[in-house]
Amino acid sequence: MAKIELTVNGKKCSGEVEDRVLLANFLRDTLNLTGTHVGCDTSQCGACTVHVDGRAIKSCTLLAVQADGADVVTIEGLAKNGKLHPAQAAFTECHALQCGFCTPGMIMTTAALIKDTPNPTDEEIVHGLEGNLCRCTGYINIVKAVKRAAELQGK
Amino acid sequence: MFAFQYRKAKTLKEAGEWLSKDDEAKPLSGGMTLIPTLKARLANPTQLIDLNGLSELSGIEVKDGALIIGATTRHHQVATSKVVRDAIPALADLASHIGDPQVRNRGTLGGSVANNDPAADYPSAVLGLNAKVITNKREIAADDFFQGMFATALEPGELIVRIAFPLPKKAAYAKFPHPASGYAMAGVFVAQTTAGIRVAVTGAGPGVFRWSDAEQALAKGMNAAAIEKLTLAADDLNEDIHGTREYRAQLAKVMAARAVAALA
Ligand SMILES: Cc1cc2nc3c(=O)[nH]c(=O)nc-3n(C[C@H](O)[C@H](O)[C@H](O)COP(=O)(O)OP(=O)(O)OC[C@H]3O[C@@H](n4cnc5c(N)ncnc54)[C@H](O)[C@@H]3O)c2cc1C
Ligand code: FES
Ligand code: FES
Repeated sequence: MAKIELTVNGKKCSGEVEDRVLLANFLRDTLNLTGTHVGCDTSQCGACTVHVDGRAIKSCTLLAVQADGADVVTIEGLAKNGKLHPAQAAFTECHALQCGFCTPGMIMTTAALIKDTPNPTDEEIVHGLEGNLCRCTGYINIVKAVKRAAELQGK
Repeated sequence: MFAFQYRKAKTLKEAGEWLSKDDEAKPLSGGMTLIPTLKARLANPTQLIDLNGLSELSGIEVKDGALIIGATTRHHQVATSKVVRDAIPALADLASHIGDPQVRNRGTLGGSVANNDPAADYPSAVLGLNAKVITNKREIAADDFFQGMFATALEPGELIVRIAFPLPKKAAYAKFPHPASGYAMAGVFVAQTTAGIRVAVTGAGPGVFRWSDAEQALAKGMNAAAIEKLTLAADDLNEDIHGTREYRAQLAKVMAARAVAALA
């Protein structure tokens, strides 16, 4: 067991975790932040994507103890003062989802992508989404939404 | 996942001591291979010794004609480092195509090289550039380091500290990624070095290897046509649901020709 202290969505929090607990499980089971989804066992689907110290990572492939002292942002912390993040607004506007299971991860990856690359080309978007799988949409509207998110961010 | 004890080392010496006292302990770097392996219950270590944050294992610099990169340097850092881009652009390019953004934000050079996955990208650069693997015990030449599928010259408890890549005259990497995982179906690193031309192939065989026929052909003339005349023997290559060994031999040849074309 280890005691960890971290900032999640701007709030300090702490907990006792078993060494083998993954950050995804800590977020979901201990903090009740169930917006972070777990879609695979193989670290491939990206549904669990969150930001750790400003960078997108797969929370199913990081131990919660490794996030001790880190600044974590999940899908629940992306909107500011009730205003959707450009990535959230764009996914809604472009209807970039069907079942929605992959969406939190897609949005967290998009938010990181448009921070690094404010005006991404189609190729950069496709390359940037390689770590996120969607079983439903065929990606067309997701790529549109990332473009739109970049536009909204620029406004 | 089986239970284990997590310990974060404060110095390289401490990490080495912890590992040498316990044969069943494993070092943890980016975790992008080790954690999925634990999740699948394919490994059952007693302890994970976290190397992240060790100053001895970080940093990127050019010194004495070599680009030296610390073992815990993440793929994203290598891909975007100006020092790497200026010194060996092919290496930055290789790093930018590993896996996906989330994997590149965690995965590290040392972890990838220590793991020696037969389809990993970095081993081809280490072998192709005739790099030196510097550990907490010694220096190992690339030609002696890789020993077939997931096998290396590392002894139990031995840690990669940094890797020194001698600056090549020119180098290029071409890979045909597996469409789902991004790992190399075949990846070829071609380098014109002071020690001659080196061609390293990953993804196609049970481990990274030098393609000596291609090295000899390119020594006579650095052009893609020289590769087109060759046949890579398929007998020892990998065969699985993704492709036959003959298909992989052909892919490796096409990737070699592409890397050579990119060099020109
Ligand atoms: C979805 C996905 C896609 C991927 N795609 C690719 C790809 O396209 N190309 C590619 O090359 N790789 C790919 N990878 C693997 C990725 O690059 C890993 O980062 C890399 O193989 C391992 O590095 P790591 O730092 O994560 O090591 P870890 O997982 O932490 O460790 C790997 C092994 O090395 C040992 N180790 C770690 N550091 C050291 C050290 N300093 N000294 C000695 N031993 C050490 C560990 O004990 C462990 O056995 C992918 C991974 C995932 C999850
Ligand atoms: S749940 Fe993390 S990558 Fe699939
Ligand atoms: S919307 Fe269903 S998985 Fe993407």
